[in-house]
Amino acid sequence: MTLLALEGIEARHGLLPAVRGVSLDVAEGEVLALVGANGAGKTTLLRMIAGAHRPSAGRVRFGGADITSVRAHDRVRMGIALVPEGRRLFPSLTVEENLHVAARPGRWTVDTVLDAFPLLRPLRNRRAANLSGGEQQATAIGRALMTNPRLLLLDEVSLGLAPVAVESVYRSLETLIAEGVTMLLVEQDLTRATSVARRVVCMLEGRLVLEGTGQELTREQIMDAYFGLHRARRAT
Amino acid sequence: MTWVNAVVQGVLLGGYYALLACGLALMFGVMRIINLAHGDIAVLGAYLITVVLDHWNVNAFIALVPVLPVMLIAGYGLQRTMLDRALRSGVLVPLLATFGLSIVIQNLLLEKFSPDVRSLGGNAGGLVTASWQISNQLSISALGALILGVAVAILGGLQLFLSRTQAGRRMRATAQDPDTAELVGIDSRGVYARATAIAVATACIAGLFLAMRSTFDPFSGPTQLIFAFEAVVIGGFGSLWGTLVGGIVLGVAQTIGAQIDPQYSVLAGHLVFLAVLASPHGGIFRVRPAT
Amino acid sequence: MTAVPATTAAVRVQRWTRLSAGFTSGFGLFAVALAFVPVALSQTATQKLTTLLILVLMAAMWNALAGYGGLVSIGQQGFIGLGAYGTVWLCNHGMSPYRAMVVATLFCGAVSLPVSYLVLRFRAAQFAIAMWVLAEVAAILVSFDHSLGAGTGTSLIELNYYSPDARQSYTYWLTLGMTAFFLAVLFVLLRSRMGSSLQAIRDDEEAAASVGVRVVLGKRILFVLAAAGCGGAGAMTLANTLFIEPGSIFGVNFTAYMIFMVLVGGLGTFEGPILGAIVLFLIQNHWGSSGVWYLVGLGVGAILFALLLPRGLWGTLRDRYAIQLLPVGHFLRGARAAEEPA
Repeated sequence: MTLLALEGIEARHGLLPAVRGVSLDVAEGEVLALVGANGAGKTTLLRMIAGAHRPSAGRVRFGGADITSVRAHDRVRMGIALVPEGRRLFPSLTVEENLHVAARPGRWTVDTVLDAFPLLRPLRNRRAANLSGGEQQATAIGRALMTNPRLLLLDEVSLGLAPVAVESVYRSLETLIAEGVTMLLVEQDLTRATSVARRVVCMLEGRLVLEGTGQELTREQIMDAYFGLHRARRAT
Repeated sequence: MTWVNAVVQGVLLGGYYALLACGLALMFGVMRIINLAHGDIAVLGAYLITVVLDHWNVNAFIALVPVLPVMLIAGYGLQRTMLDRALRSGVLVPLLATFGLSIVIQNLLLEKFSPDVRSLGGNAGGLVTASWQISNQLSISALGALILGVAVAILGGLQLFLSRTQAGRRMRATAQDPDTAELVGIDSRGVYARATAIAVATACIAGLFLAMRSTFDPFSGPTQLIFAFEAVVIGGFGSLWGTLVGGIVLGVAQTIGAQIDPQYSVLAGHLVFLAVLASPHGGIFRVRPAT
Repeated sequence: MTAVPATTAAVRVQRWTRLSAGFTSGFGLFAVALAFVPVALSQTATQKLTTLLILVLMAAMWNALAGYGGLVSIGQQGFIGLGAYGTVWLCNHGMSPYRAMVVATLFCGAVSLPVSYLVLRFRAAQFAIAMWVLAEVAAILVSFDHSLGAGTGTSLIELNYYSPDARQSYTYWLTLGMTAFFLAVLFVLLRSRMGSSLQAIRDDEEAAASVGVRVVLGKRILFVLAAAGCGGAGAMTLANTLFIEPGSIFGVNFTAYMIFMVLVGGLGTFEGPILGAIVLFLIQNHWGSSGVWYLVGLGVGAILFALLLPRGLWGTLRDRYAIQLLPVGHFLRGARAAEEPA
């Protein structure tokens, strides 16, 4: 069953087009990786799905319902949660308060989140501003989980983290995937992206330029699309 | 001994200033809005209480009971209608809009009530004249002590609200990052409206006490606003307990100034304010966006 | 891969358009024509026009601070009062009245310089309130001085040496001269290199600083200019209305008027404040005697403009149609670069 459907999405920053004519479906339980260079429009697209950015054209459907004009906090109630680029924790709130603030009824509570991310347990009363990158990332994912989402959006969770921290984050993600959480993750690390996601989608300058499963697409094809090399090859 | 008395009176006066200022501090801490109509809202509260008293001959504190919910709703409405829009247009616009509101309130009050100076000292029961005589030169008025007590209670209550309740946590989160707050399911507009409602309600209580301890007229708002500002800035913008300290410092400065010469009272407060601003700290508590 | 050559035509930077050149020269001629008002029109009309000119001056100065410097001051009335009372003080010490007005204006500019070293360090909120408190301090200090009439006010008795007609004419000419002078200085300033810096500061202070714009110097220049201009407005108000008292000449009402004029006209535009002053003048003339409701209307008007038309009348017009009548900006003229084939 299609959980999320994007139809002809156009989004701008002021006058600058960031997303052009993107149509995409995400099935329930699916894990989709969204790759692309900086400035390709991935973050804008995720924020638009989460409701933090208004599209200038196109529709967003979630669970069949048209949510294009629904505000961000209402989308959280419907089951969409975004782990924003750069973590964006509330700096003077503690880890526990960051989690509490997002709480909604469901199987994810402060305790179950701390079980899923055991490294956070001793840090529950530490202010978010005093956490390391990896700890912040774990808290940010935990905070999104506290809303008990049906669709989890992750924006560049490996950015700025030490390899050990990235490893730990992806292990937790694998546990979530095993439980059947629907995910759409933006990731610059192609290896990570293809290892965790079944389907990969590539964006370039606001458009979708490649789509397929990990099996269908070779690494070379993805890199071509990523850098727009297929266009250059056509021109010669 | 008279100097000690001056300081004590200053502390009591500071309680009033802290109460007056806490709404201003809250609105700035949560929304970065400087409400230039804050003083006028306090005066409006005082006038609404007089309206109640014109119809029922009760104690002024009882008269507060029906007025408070009205002010809470008015504050909520003010945010949802006017200030929300103003916030979206940039930093300057809320300043200008609240300035316009201030003028509207003052002149509507002038139109509805006369320019005569009024006071509610007579409706407080024996409270206004009661006092504890500690020594020849030192006495503590019951009203002053009550105001200080209420100020501490309200500030403490607000502090507890912000640190212990879910709604308070959400308010702190929204104050720090309204964009991300929306992304975790917090209705930021609702949070802002609640903050304004609380600010207006505390201003109303302060207005009641203003009316009891001294006089007021339709144009008393700006004077109260300046004192509220000075209290907030001296204590460091956005910190609730800092507002108490700031209020007390201001109060003491004014009463000590008055000891030297009654004409110097307000001036002394201004000079202390400017001195604090000019100092390296720029405020006794560090400036923090939220508690 | 072969290289694709791109063709670019030359791009010119243009400051004047035909419209703006025409308008500015027309405006200049108009200003000269205004000098004949006391001769051509009645004394009442002259007094009214003096009031209008004072409003234009105040609006332009507040806009210089807030619109170009990003400095919102709710205390400019401090300089207005200082200009007025400075004039009285100088006359008390033997200076001729009109010379005293000019000197008082310069005095306000001079006083503001050390003040700027204190207040320009502050952030927006602290700056706004600090200016107000400074104005209040000035008012209190003036009210202590009995030679200045203390709390009950004073008038400029030296003006009685002139006949009412002559007095009004001289007042008008001096006001016209002052307003024209400050507007001209602002115009030249904004068209200069410093002016581009100032507009950069207004748009994005951090970005401006990062490309080497001397932000604090620019703000200081505006601060001193606005202080002198408001001082002049104060001195002229004294000459035009004859009687002042600390409560009103240091009143925050002036800030209310300035905010209204700049909001309605268009913050950060050069033409806007002039337009806003004309609007306020017309409203004052028509409804000024309606007492309370006039002020309520003014307040409601300010709120509505702040919420619905934050760019003001002129600002909105300019955004829509890209006109500048008194040009302080730059236009790019020329063919665009040809696009590379996809």
